Amino acid sequence: MDPLSTLWETFFDWDAMRDALPEMLTVGLPNTLILAVSAALLGSVLGLLLAVAGISRSRWLRWPARVYTDVFRGLPAAATILLIGVGLAPLGMRVWGPDPYPLGILALSLIAAAYMGEIFRSGIQSVEAAQLEGARALGFSWADSMRLVIIPQGIRRVLPAWVNQLIALIKDSSLVYFLGLVASQRELFRIGQDYAATTGNESALLLAGHFYLALTVPLTHAVNWIDRRLRQGRPATAPTDEDEDDTGSALAGTTEGERR
Amino acid sequence: MTTGTTTSVSLDVRDVHLAFGPNRVLRGVDLTVPRGATACVIGPSGSGKSTLLRTINRLIEPDRGDVLLDGRSVLRDDPDALRQRVGMVFQQFNLFPHMSVLRNVTLALRRLRGLGEDEAEAVARAQLDLVGLAGKADARPAQLSGGQQQRVAIARALALRPEVMLFDEATSALDPELVKGVLGVMADLSAAGMTMVVVTHEMGFARQVADTVAFMDRGVALEAGPPEAIFERAEHPRLRRFLAQVL
Repeated sequence: MDPLSTLWETFFDWDAMRDALPEMLTVGLPNTLILAVSAALLGSVLGLLLAVAGISRSRWLRWPARVYTDVFRGLPAAATILLIGVGLAPLGMRVWGPDPYPLGILALSLIAAAYMGEIFRSGIQSVEAAQLEGARALGFSWADSMRLVIIPQGIRRVLPAWVNQLIALIKDSSLVYFLGLVASQRELFRIGQDYAATTGNESALLLAGHFYLALTVPLTHAVNWIDRRLRQGRPATAPTDEDEDDTGSALAGTTEGERR
Repeated sequence: MTTGTTTSVSLDVRDVHLAFGPNRVLRGVDLTVPRGATACVIGPSGSGKSTLLRTINRLIEPDRGDVLLDGRSVLRDDPDALRQRVGMVFQQFNLFPHMSVLRNVTLALRRLRGLGEDEAEAVARAQLDLVGLAGKADARPAQLSGGQQQRVAIARALALRPEVMLFDEATSALDPELVKGVLGVMADLSAAGMTMVVVTHEMGFARQVADTVAFMDRGVALEAGPPEAIFERAEHPRLRRFLAQVL
């Protein structure tokens, strides 16, 4: 075979792909989704707590949040996953047995939380102080004002950045293979990698790559769509005026006037 | 347009002091508003008018002095409970942009007053009807004009049946042609017997609607009295200078 077709066969061996496909669909894809979705949920909740702690007036909340964020953003994901997945394994063994998933999900969540915390914090802090004042003036406590008024607005503003973090999480979920997975625990990357290793052909890994793209590319487009929608507002019904003293200048953004 | 019955109370501000660091924003302010009366607070920018309003519902805690509702100090009360009794309307409306107009009004009714969804909605729709915006219940604030937004903000405050209403330059951010509708709602509310403190630059409104006009300058209420006295027979030279500039 000439070198060019050898190269072609290395990546686009349809038979190799066909062999790997069933396992990718029935084992790899569900496992990747379990890892990514669980870590996304836990990471978002932890991230939100970090964000609120990060803007707290108490330094005993602000400081730990700061340190946490610096540490978990600063360490390589692989190191964190190994440190937690291997380091805490004896503890995990006693609680739920040898399954590496709980600790893998925990490690992924802790990493994601550090990034999401910063994303949420920037969103929450971008909400005008007047919103808090408006809620407090109605009689809402600080906590209720945050929960009902400030945080929902803040999160909306950073949804694109949050979705970016989900994409990172889907990709990082492949790193749990460090923790040692039995056949039924393998996620997309590991299955592709195993086929590639046994056949000496990268086609199965390329197939795994396609699965990742099938998950992440729609999300990147969702980011753009959300971003556009947040920028332009939802398709609004044109303002109509039923009273003549109040006509004409009904435009979005009138609340964004000058503040003293 | 009517604005419903109110059970308003008298309001007394006594010798209120407040400093932000070296900046003494309020330097002993007194203000007396009998039950059902409307006091307009006028004065140049930076004179402490808006800050004074915020000390009444304790969005800002005064350093010294007292605020009395019906003769009883509010400083001992839980601030959140106090603020449910004192409605406030802001220059920039401060509506919640992520909620419909209706939910803006029902939020406090449901969460703070414990009303059920249906009951809160009925109260809110009635209140929106009173400010002429029954048809806008499902709109988002950004879809409304400034004047409409401010009337929603008034409805939101009134839905909690406050005993006192505070207006912080409620029409200053509005286009001129939208001011009248909001002032009309405020005048109706005043006529219905709500105790009101209105910080405003609308001298016409102060003259027609106020029972008392107080002139603030550099953190003190320099002069207060019935509108005729303030606008026709101002004593203090600082007030006369101010009126010469704004009238």
